[in-house]
Amino acid sequence: MLKVENLTVSYGGIEALKGITIEVPEGSIVTLIGANGAGKSTTLRSIMGLVKVKSGKITYQGEDITGLKTSEIVARGITLVPEGRRVFPNLTVYENLLIGAYLRNNKEQIKKDLAWVYELFPRLKERSWQLAGTLSGGEQQMLAVGRALMSRPKILMMDEPSLGLAPLIVKSIFSIIQQIYNNGVTILLIEQNANAALHIADWGYVLETGKIVLSGTGKELLENEEVKAAYLGKKRQASAI
Amino acid sequence: MVSDIFINALFIPATADAVSSSSLWQYFANGVSLGSLYALIAIGYTMVYGILRLINFAHGDIFMMAAYFAFFGIAVFHLPWPISFILVIVATALLGITLERVAYRPLRDAPKNSILISAIGASFFLENLATYLFSGKPKAFPEIAFFADTVVIGGVSIQIVTFFIPVVTLIFLAVLLYIVNKTKVGMAMRAVSRDYETAMVMGVDINRVITFTFAIGSALAAVGAIMWGTRYPQVQPMMGVMPGLKCFIAAVVGGIGNIPGAVLGGFILGFGEIMLIALLPSLTGYRDAFAFILLILILLFRPTGILGEKIAEKV
Repeated sequence: MLKVENLTVSYGGIEALKGITIEVPEGSIVTLIGANGAGKSTTLRSIMGLVKVKSGKITYQGEDITGLKTSEIVARGITLVPEGRRVFPNLTVYENLLIGAYLRNNKEQIKKDLAWVYELFPRLKERSWQLAGTLSGGEQQMLAVGRALMSRPKILMMDEPSLGLAPLIVKSIFSIIQQIYNNGVTILLIEQNANAALHIADWGYVLETGKIVLSGTGKELLENEEVKAAYLGKKRQASAI
Repeated sequence: MVSDIFINALFIPATADAVSSSSLWQYFANGVSLGSLYALIAIGYTMVYGILRLINFAHGDIFMMAAYFAFFGIAVFHLPWPISFILVIVATALLGITLERVAYRPLRDAPKNSILISAIGASFFLENLATYLFSGKPKAFPEIAFFADTVVIGGVSIQIVTFFIPVVTLIFLAVLLYIVNKTKVGMAMRAVSRDYETAMVMGVDINRVITFTFAIGSALAAVGAIMWGTRYPQVQPMMGVMPGLKCFIAAVVGGIGNIPGAVLGGFILGFGEIMLIALLPSLTGYRDAFAFILLILILLFRPTGILGEKIAEKV
């Protein structure tokens, strides 16, 4: 469904991505794991058309979308829940959701989706007239996810959805991801919480300083010794004690 | 001072020994109308700042160009005033859009100082272009009977335009607030003003939002220029400088980025200026200084302005 081939991106002479290739098949959850600065966010941002691609190709449903405007990419059914939530604090919860449907015109359908999002996140319904800036971190994350869903995405990309949230809320976020997936949305997930991500992912890629160094099913990666040592912290923990 | 005498002749009734109640009433009307004019222009500063975080220093010169457009429409091409007003508003909006395209858009990702310098350059360019095209000699703004007629109220004769200006300002303010708060494009404007990139991820075409913002701001400056011209009927290339600076101050006083704030700031500045002349006629020559002192005080004691939001920085 979504294919990234030999993608390189550089910021002012420094290569952030050195030719990565990933594939996200329809109806799957794919995850990218890797340390800070490995290039995970850059990958998502280049798919969204937010950063200039130096070379390589991004195709979506067979169509080359490299270099398209962000709004054109959104219109094709790709969306992003940005890192750090980035809700619009000066808009109400309701407006934040509405702006997620910015490119859509079918009012009836938008209303239905709004009802669905409120069903997924009853908290948002209670606070729909509050300014988004007044929500708690967890609520803002729910809003960011809800807002992305309002564009009726075929692929939902999430950048660190559990960052800075309490464990209980992280758990509920992951269960929501699963629910969204069950609704037929393909998911590309970036997580520092590699353990949780690999548990729900069909396929995972390990990114290291701009290169894919490993890939496999979520289960395979969970059992891989190198992954365990580097990202799941198991071996290190044991040796530290 | 020569300018003192000039201004006194304009604004102070001949028997200005004591401020009588009738002339106080005239000052009041003048203050409100000057305040409304400032408000109209200040909105343009505040809107552009809200979206681009840029002080559009060429805004005062857009205002000046609008006055020339009106001069040409009415005095040179002899178009009926309602038609020329519409043309002036459209032409000024287009000028504002062009300004953004040429001087600001190419620098969108450049450091903030570059775009600020570009704004100052655009301002000088427009002033010199006007001098080159229309000569530096002031032209008389055509008198429009409908506005210039006077009515006598409470023993003082007051131009109709004096009453017209605040009404027009409030109507435009209401329309603008409706657009910003209740429409889809307004929602996009508010979103872009907080977070460009996320607004893009929502599918908002920020170039269109920015174009729209410049069009509205410039159109309001055009309305301001037309009314300014009927009130102070002289058109010359530097006429935008002082009103421009003052309206920028008005926007800062009200809280830059905040539309009702710009209107409030405009009223405070215009009203304050006229009242200063009314109550302390000996300080008349310092009326411009009044605006700058106000700016200094605001920056010292309440840098976010009266209605300004607390600065919650983007993370």
